[in-house]
Amino acid sequence: MSDVVITMEHVYKKFRKGEVYNSLRDLLPAVTGRMFRQQELNQQDTREFWALQDLSFEVKAGECLGIIGRNGAGKSTTLKILSRIMKPTKGRMDVHGRLSALIEVAAGFHQDLTGRENIFLNGTILGMSKREIESKLDQIIAFSGIEEFIDTPVKRYSSGMFARLGFSVAAHVDPDVLIVDEVLSVGDYAFQQKCIERMRNVLLGGAAVVFVSHNLRMVADFCQRCLLLDRGRPVMMGPPHEVIFEYLRNRSGKRTEAAESGAAQITSVRIRDENGECLSFRSGQKAWIDVEIRARARCSKISITLYFIHDTAGELMEASTETLGRGNFDLDEGDVYRCTFELSLNFGSGTFHPSVLVYRHHSQTLYDVWEPAGTIFVCSEDGIRGISNCFPRVVHQKIERVIRPEAAPTVEQVNDGGQHNSS
Amino acid sequence: MREQLREFYKYRGLLYMLTYRDIKVRYKQSIMGFLWAILMPVLIVLSGIVVRYAYALAAHTPLQTADITGVAVKSLPWAFLVSSIRFSCLSLINNKELVTKIYFPKEIFPLAATLASLFDFVIAAGALLVFLVVMHIGWSMYLFWIPVLVLTTVLLSAGVGMIVSAASLYFRDVKFIVEVFLTFGIFFTPVFYDVSMLGSKGKWLLLNPASALLDGLAACVARHQSPDIPWFGYSLACSLLALLGGYIFFKHLEDGFAESI
Repeated sequence: MSDVVITMEHVYKKFRKGEVYNSLRDLLPAVTGRMFRQQELNQQDTREFWALQDLSFEVKAGECLGIIGRNGAGKSTTLKILSRIMKPTKGRMDVHGRLSALIEVAAGFHQDLTGRENIFLNGTILGMSKREIESKLDQIIAFSGIEEFIDTPVKRYSSGMFARLGFSVAAHVDPDVLIVDEVLSVGDYAFQQKCIERMRNVLLGGAAVVFVSHNLRMVADFCQRCLLLDRGRPVMMGPPHEVIFEYLRNRSGKRTEAAESGAAQITSVRIRDENGECLSFRSGQKAWIDVEIRARARCSKISITLYFIHDTAGELMEASTETLGRGNFDLDEGDVYRCTFELSLNFGSGTFHPSVLVYRHHSQTLYDVWEPAGTIFVCSEDGIRGISNCFPRVVHQKIERVIRPEAAPTVEQVNDGGQHNSS
Repeated sequence: MREQLREFYKYRGLLYMLTYRDIKVRYKQSIMGFLWAILMPVLIVLSGIVVRYAYALAAHTPLQTADITGVAVKSLPWAFLVSSIRFSCLSLINNKELVTKIYFPKEIFPLAATLASLFDFVIAAGALLVFLVVMHIGWSMYLFWIPVLVLTTVLLSAGVGMIVSAASLYFRDVKFIVEVFLTFGIFFTPVFYDVSMLGSKGKWLLLNPASALLDGLAACVARHQSPDIPWFGYSLACSLLALLGGYIFFKHLEDGFAESI
């Protein structure tokens, strides 16, 4: 079980951004022009950027590697190199055995062909032989759950059916290496469960899985190891929990590009408990969030909004100094404004991203946004699941037994049982 | 290169599937169905008859059956060449999704387009056969040249197809240039007329590798003669060169397809 199936050795990938000559009409004048002006050549070189730099890792059979990182970190490029769609500029990449990628599973579909024909087409594209597809056809159709529409052209399918059929075909390729990219977001809950089941089976069958996702919980559940990428460079490789922690820690305090030029800027956001700066909390604990704003020019009627973001559920809470009855205020150039929000973290277990924005009265102008301004961990006691914690308790319990003729129970017995349970 | 060919062989089932898809989709979409395959040859034959009739009028000679059958025989491989190169040229661009998402040898796209056009050619050839039988064109040993000539034509179009498909992926205007060449190519290829009509200048026309192939087909089917062997040799050499050069060119550019499309 310890044979290495994927080897990446010092892989670099360079892309050229900006204008590329993509028609002869543009190219010919450019080439003739370049003969006379040498400097244009150099200019072109500076427009290149490295999408991946010095990436090395190995994946063994039966192992699942998760890759996480922000948008543009190089996750998709890594997958494209793994699936041989792109060649590394430098370095070596080796995959032993059949590779199957769950990326855009319906890419090979043709709108005018029926579901059945598309199974054959897509199956062949994914590297199955005709005989192999024939033997698995019934399974594939059953897995997709669209038996009745299998002889309908796929252009009449809903997008969900489309994706499901695509996934069923892809899932029935028996790969030595499986690459999964965020496909699990398609389909309803039951279908997602099927997909997860399938991934588990592939892993149990001894294949290697490389898994890219923004869903950190799935990465933590599935992977033995996790790789964190940042702007094309590998930052950390190790057990998923540690890598995810590092990723979230790094993400804190970085501003989005919005409103760099705003008249008022957020200069710091700090989250603390009663003892000082803190990132992990117990459910229901009190927290304080200090916000500091600096005015770069005169601005009037400013308010601060605090809101919480959750990775899958979106916005959880929003409040502003204005809605909380503190009104708005004016700042002159160079003025610094500080405020502190106090709140009870009635969240369930998970990670939450407090975010802050500065706006002008009634949201007419947005001055600055920090989303997320940080990330906090909340842990709630066992037995409470979900995003929020409403502190449920069982305060009353009673069983009313059906009265059966052979053994007529007495009222005392029922009450007895009830008391037993609650003690 | 042996490695590349082995991989191509591994994916031969895909070549078959994509050819099947191209054929199926083309016939599904058109109401005319199989008439589609003979539409273009029929139009070429009709325009050929008009041209030949005009020649005959100008030269004060009667229009002969052999002239019409000659045009009919040549129009089919010409229609094949045009549609094969046209579809190959667009094959990568039109399959953008597959080029950027899934790995397999990409020469399958232009080759599948060539094979799908070959299917049209076979259908049309069936119709032509009926026409030739009705015209009482007769037999000769030279008919054995047909598979050789057709195969050479297929090799030529496959080679050119690979070149133009890869080039059109990198340069968007290549497809317009190809279209112009295909439209006016009929005047530089002896489809409506014979090479002999141009006298000694006809040799220049034979530099077009398609010329000797079309003329050879007309010779052995309509005129019961052997094709011009040296010029056929030239065309065969050109075709093999196009196929080999096209393959190497295509494979050389293939690595950048996903990024450049």
